[in-house]
Amino acid sequence: MAASKMPIAKAINESLRKAMENDPKVLIMGEDVGRLGGVFRVTDGLHKDFGDGRVIDTPLAESGIVGTAIGLALRGYRPVVEIQFDGFVFPAYDQIVTQLAKMHARALGKIKLPVVIRIPYGGGIGAVEHHSESPEALFAHVAGLKVVSPSNSSDAYWMMQQAIQSDDPIIFFEPKRRYWDKSDVDTDAIPAPLHKARIAREGSDLTLVAYGPMVKVCLEAAAAAQEEGKSLEVVDLRSMSPIDFDTIQTSVEKTRHLVVVHEAPVFLGTGAEIAARITERSFYHLEAPVLRVGGYHTPYPPARLEEEYLPGLDRVLDAVDRSLAY
Amino acid sequence: MTVESTAARKPRRSSSKRASSAAAKPPQSSEPQLVQLLTPEGERVRHPDYDVELTHDELRGLYRDMVLTRRFDAEATSLQRQGELGLWASLLGQEAAQIGSGRATREDDYVFPTYREHGVAWCRGVDPANLLGMFRGVNHGGWDPNTNNFHLYTIVIGSQTLHATGYAMGVAKDGADSAVVAYFGDGASSQGDVMEAFNFAAVYNAPVVFFCQNNQWAISEPTEKQMRVPLYRRAEGFGFPGVRVDGNDVLACLAVTKDALERARRGEGPTLVEAFTYRMGAHTTSDDPSKYRNDDERVAWEAKDPILRLRRYLEAEGAADQAYFDELEAESEAMGKRVREAVRAMPDPDVMAIFEHTHADGHALVDEERAEFAAYQASFAEEAK
Repeated sequence: MAASKMPIAKAINESLRKAMENDPKVLIMGEDVGRLGGVFRVTDGLHKDFGDGRVIDTPLAESGIVGTAIGLALRGYRPVVEIQFDGFVFPAYDQIVTQLAKMHARALGKIKLPVVIRIPYGGGIGAVEHHSESPEALFAHVAGLKVVSPSNSSDAYWMMQQAIQSDDPIIFFEPKRRYWDKSDVDTDAIPAPLHKARIAREGSDLTLVAYGPMVKVCLEAAAAAQEEGKSLEVVDLRSMSPIDFDTIQTSVEKTRHLVVVHEAPVFLGTGAEIAARITERSFYHLEAPVLRVGGYHTPYPPARLEEEYLPGLDRVLDAVDRSLAY
Repeated sequence: MTVESTAARKPRRSSSKRASSAAAKPPQSSEPQLVQLLTPEGERVRHPDYDVELTHDELRGLYRDMVLTRRFDAEATSLQRQGELGLWASLLGQEAAQIGSGRATREDDYVFPTYREHGVAWCRGVDPANLLGMFRGVNHGGWDPNTNNFHLYTIVIGSQTLHATGYAMGVAKDGADSAVVAYFGDGASSQGDVMEAFNFAAVYNAPVVFFCQNNQWAISEPTEKQMRVPLYRRAEGFGFPGVRVDGNDVLACLAVTKDALERARRGEGPTLVEAFTYRMGAHTTSDDPSKYRNDDERVAWEAKDPILRLRRYLEAEGAADQAYFDELEAESEAMGKRVREAVRAMPDPDVMAIFEHTHADGHALVDEERAEFAAYQASFAEEAK
């Protein structure tokens, strides 16, 4: 297979299939991941081809899923765990934070925990409570974990390959409202390193940093700004832990303006960390303070209000204007 | 022949009088049968379902394991009092439960301990000095779990039962006939993770033995505050057998655990073993049991001491003479000395160890912070010049 257009959900599905074909130790675990193929059908068809032993429908218990995945990893397996929705990960948070993240260090490196935890995240799908959250900062804050999120099908395919091959636990946030967006996947390509950011669009006046579902919004914002004669560079972060500050720094030292965009609340979020680091690294290059566009310090609102809550084109462009007006 | 002392529980009952009458009802009033093969008086008794036939050599071996484990434990407590360890969690009183179950395991079995399984660690061949590293504060464990198939001590209560279950699911996938033992306590039985582990193990028919040492106390909370039914009966609701064994009877613990492990090997799934025992000491060296429990209770359990009863049996059987006990005493003292010296000689880790092993494949931020910290440290050396 070479290059073809496919939705993000399909790219992840193909990537899981490839990983399972390549390595008999790769297992899929989660609620409804078997015959149903997951509530988003990301594991569609895998149960049929790999059977009960490798595509495991688990009891409805997130801590149990992650806790047993840790045990399977200790036995030499490479579990890829699905948490059905962002807001349902918290029963497993203890296992992830106190066990999965720390076990390699506690053993002074003598054991490895190659566990991938897939979490469909973010809003914009008109869902009920607990189905639209962006908890990535809660994981990025934890030493021992790595946190990534693809924004397009090619990254979804390759980043999943790389996450499964990694000997570290990785939280893999999937932009659920972009699951059905199609883009090219070249399965013969040589992928960029997993934790390297990507310049999604080049520009010279201001840098927009985003990841996951917000990359599309930022690319649209850049296109709209172009019409007004403003040249925006868009950096697709791809990894929230570790963060590729070098790529952001290079971009900011060119454009001298930085706006970070994410769905998650801005307070103590990924944008706050980027703002602090870039201020330290590039203080004399900046012509404006680093601005953030994101969610508010409120519970995620009911679906009828989410369009106003989520950063959209206008809020991003408003921040761009404020930054350039400094 | 299956005797369970009710006298021992009486002080606890009276201590919870202030609770409402319904709540104060003792949860274990159904007087479950306790598997016992050796009475506190050292009399060998028979049980219809469980038995072990041991040679004198093997009996002496179990005795030696318990004596050395107790000596090691006492040495560690002393080392904490001397400031050599930051903390110690004593296993005093639980030697039979740990040695009986530990000696039931095979080399290829895998054990997931709490932080109190010093006797099981001994059975698995873990260097006692290794256990002391984390209590001294030089590491968080640090031994290679795969050397002795003995996982790191787990401090968050009950978490390891899920790891054991997952590991056992892997054993079954591999088609191996090994089994896994998950250790936990009466307090842990209230944790959701333990319930999830029971359920996952049942659903996947995982070859795991859940070995609960019910030592009657979760720090200051007695079992009445944790449960309303005898602990071993939880298993029934999950669809696998549960058995309560005299946790101060090393023969019964050995027989029951062996039986459960064999069941697991045969592909018959998990078993819950509740070893009914008593925490003779404090929860840890930071604890003060006089604040919450009556000493009469401890005194009553002293009469059921696991080591004393086996000694009585060895003597009655003519399996060990005074020369043997004297020799073992000397070996114990030598071990105490060895442990003491090992701990005192244990160096503090290099300060850069803070940044080691955070990830298997590295992490850019940790690399950056390591370099910053190294430069900061080096600045003192520069100043000193």
